[in-house]
Amino acid sequence: MKINNRFKKSLSMLIITIVVLFILNKVLDDYKLRVLNLCGIYIILGLSMNLINGFTGLFSLGHAGFMAIGAYTVAILTMPAPMKEMNFFMKPIVPFLANIEWSFFPALMMGGVMAGLFGFLIGAPVLRLTDDYLAIATLGFAEIIRVVFTNTQSITNGALGLKGIPASTNVWWSWGLALVTILFMTFLMEGSYGKAFNAIREDEIAARSMGINLFTHKVMSFTFGSFLAGVGGGLLAALLGTIDPNMFRIVLTFNILLIVVLGGLGSIKGSVVSAIIVTIAMEALRFLDESINLGFVKLEGVAGMRMVIFSIILMAVVIFRKEGLLKEN
Amino acid sequence: MLKIENMTMRFGGVVAANKFNADIEKGQIVGLIGPNGAGKTTIFNVITGVYRPTEGKIIFNPGEEEQDITGLRPDEIAKLGICRTFQNIRLFKELSVLDNVFIGNHLRIESNVFSSILKFPNYRKEEKMMLEKSLYLLEKVGLEDEKDGKAHSLPYGKQRRLEIARALATEPKLLLLDEPAAGMNPQETRELMEFIKDIKDEFELTIFLIEHHMEVVMGICEEILVLDHGSLIAQGDPESIQTDSNVIEAYLGVE
Amino acid sequence: MGNQGLLQHLANGISLGSLYALIAIGYTMVYGILRLINFAHGDIFMLGIYITYYGILFTSIPWWIVFILASVLTGLIGLLLEKVAYRPLRESPRITILISAIGASFFLQNFGIVVFGGRPKAFPIPNVFNKVIKLGGVSISLITFIIPLVTLLLLLGLTYFITKTKTGMAMRALSKDYETASLMGIDINRIISITFFIGSFLAAVGGIMWGIRYPQLMPLMGVMPGLKCFIAAVIGGIGNITGAVLGGFILGLGEIMLIALLPKLTGYRDAFAFILLIVILLIKPTGLMGEKITEKV
Repeated sequence: MKINNRFKKSLSMLIITIVVLFILNKVLDDYKLRVLNLCGIYIILGLSMNLINGFTGLFSLGHAGFMAIGAYTVAILTMPAPMKEMNFFMKPIVPFLANIEWSFFPALMMGGVMAGLFGFLIGAPVLRLTDDYLAIATLGFAEIIRVVFTNTQSITNGALGLKGIPASTNVWWSWGLALVTILFMTFLMEGSYGKAFNAIREDEIAARSMGINLFTHKVMSFTFGSFLAGVGGGLLAALLGTIDPNMFRIVLTFNILLIVVLGGLGSIKGSVVSAIIVTIAMEALRFLDESINLGFVKLEGVAGMRMVIFSIILMAVVIFRKEGLLKEN
Repeated sequence: MLKIENMTMRFGGVVAANKFNADIEKGQIVGLIGPNGAGKTTIFNVITGVYRPTEGKIIFNPGEEEQDITGLRPDEIAKLGICRTFQNIRLFKELSVLDNVFIGNHLRIESNVFSSILKFPNYRKEEKMMLEKSLYLLEKVGLEDEKDGKAHSLPYGKQRRLEIARALATEPKLLLLDEPAAGMNPQETRELMEFIKDIKDEFELTIFLIEHHMEVVMGICEEILVLDHGSLIAQGDPESIQTDSNVIEAYLGVE
Repeated sequence: MGNQGLLQHLANGISLGSLYALIAIGYTMVYGILRLINFAHGDIFMLGIYITYYGILFTSIPWWIVFILASVLTGLIGLLLEKVAYRPLRESPRITILISAIGASFFLQNFGIVVFGGRPKAFPIPNVFNKVIKLGGVSISLITFIIPLVTLLLLLGLTYFITKTKTGMAMRALSKDYETASLMGIDINRIISITFFIGSFLAAVGGIMWGIRYPQLMPLMGVMPGLKCFIAAVIGGIGNITGAVLGGFILGLGEIMLIALLPKLTGYRDAFAFILLIVILLIKPTGLMGEKITEKV
């Protein structure tokens, strides 16, 4: 009856989430809705990084790169032809992409598939490396992707970026896909393959001596993670409406790492809660970077203060509470 | 069951195993003994593919369907039916006792990862069987009551037994045990001896074990190999080994 | 491109390579002992430049004393960084300490933005360095010569230190076999502190010369050189000081030559290092001069 109980619990959680989202969707203003959307997107991103770094124990720092692939795929596939023409005024877009106009969902899936494909292609050579080499190689790939996107003007519009991406992301898309991702992760990690990922994290030598093919399992985890990162990136592009290569710097990967570490490496619930908290906190603490006028006194904001605080939190968590802030014992 | 031919393993200038030969017959319990640093674990590491030998060959199932397993990856070797435990215990520490054994089943899984995520009937069926088998093995090693605890919270002796259960879950034909009795008291050691004989019969195993407890080696091994400085110095049944002058010399350091 | 052009590029390549080499040494020494990528090393380099900047502009101390003081101060900051961010985690899993390193790096960058401001600043170059030397019809700025010279001197000093002094030998012992060395009564904490000091000191010296060569200061200016120098260290074989120097020169010369010979690829300049890294890691994961490490089972 345990399963039945869990099903009931999940169903009630789902219904509550839908009702809450429905209400929030009605009452929140545009800015707050955007934050709500970001929460959903960061849940997907946090879980995708946790799959690779937390559950499988691979230290990958390539997330921004995979997000960029997803974001650009969605942007290019969904932008109507006249909008593309307006964007690509320096150098026209390559003809075969000029007139493509997909609807949102297929484009989003394509974004995920492209990111997953790159994850697979990149993973095959670099996953043979051990932890810190892997970290630097994946970071390198993310940087290469960014540099390539800056330079392939006839496909990505280079440093100018893309503006006027159809704003298709809404609360239902972002949170709907976040829920799908949560389910995906839960079922994956409950199953034999997910446990094999865990085994690799715990002890590679024991895992392969028990017949687990390290390479295929690592590539599998990495590809799934990249796919989800691509979907997250695509949702982000369709939320913001504007993207450029500089958005996808290492800082972006850092933000997601912060979510994963705060929520606890290898904790699904932790990543979800932490994604919401970090996203809201990032917005709520925006005042630290900007000046605010309280009427009688004007507080000078200092640019960068927000990230100073977040990096201190990150270090404090790894030094003093390794299991994350939110993971229950 | 397993034939090691002229195997030499060098690390830089250090010779850990020198022209080692062995022939392990099916259904036997074979012991590998020798002073500390004689290269016993190195031989296990070479058999299981952790190291690739500098020279020589490892043949699995010699005879009709023999397979040269020299230089295969550890996971490939495990799939063929050779599994091991570790001298310094390598459990999946943070995972539950049950999961440790469950993961041992993973190499035989036939459903793909998508059927596992979508919980298709073929996966469910397999998972159920894997789970039943894991529980049976836990019962076999007497850990059924501790199945939900974390592996690293078990006392030492139980961790050793859990490692054996995990190895059995891979359905080996040849089981390598690296010092299974280390850290056990006499009572536990006696139980272990019975247990090893018992699993050998039940799962039709061939067992190759490294052990320092002479009681265990002399008590259950039908054949004993003695290693010193990477070379085989004696071989035979327990009685002949006990009286072998080379062996006595190696252990006592007689000039 | 004529001979003169080539000479010019060669000189630039060597001077960039020297700078990379100086910074790469810090990575390789730390990695050799702690097996840690000190992600914040590039930001330490940035701090070194800013400290010099403020020292020159806001004090009346002669520039060369400012250079020395700033390098020492940066060295001390590096030492402090290890105490705060890495020492408490020495027994923790690698991933934890790497995360702390990333956290430290972002902290320093944003600390830089907060304290120094996000806008670029111009490095106050002492007049001596503005000289231009004409050599075979090519004009090369004085600093282009000074950089390799200073690098060479520092390398000689470092080599002397690690081969001839007791502390240096302890350092080598520690990077060869941490476990054994720690049992031999070597004061590990002291050696690690010294390692961080030297690495950060060299990064600061590199930073000051970098500032004279490319006088635009930004709080994020350490990120790219930092990553590239880590790559240089990996290419040379991480943990090996000669390797780091070699890697630095390969990277510096390679980058300048890439731009010189294939100007079309200038936009890909920053990708060059990473592509080289991945190629090296796949062909020879231990780098050009690295030793193979066998994992104990």
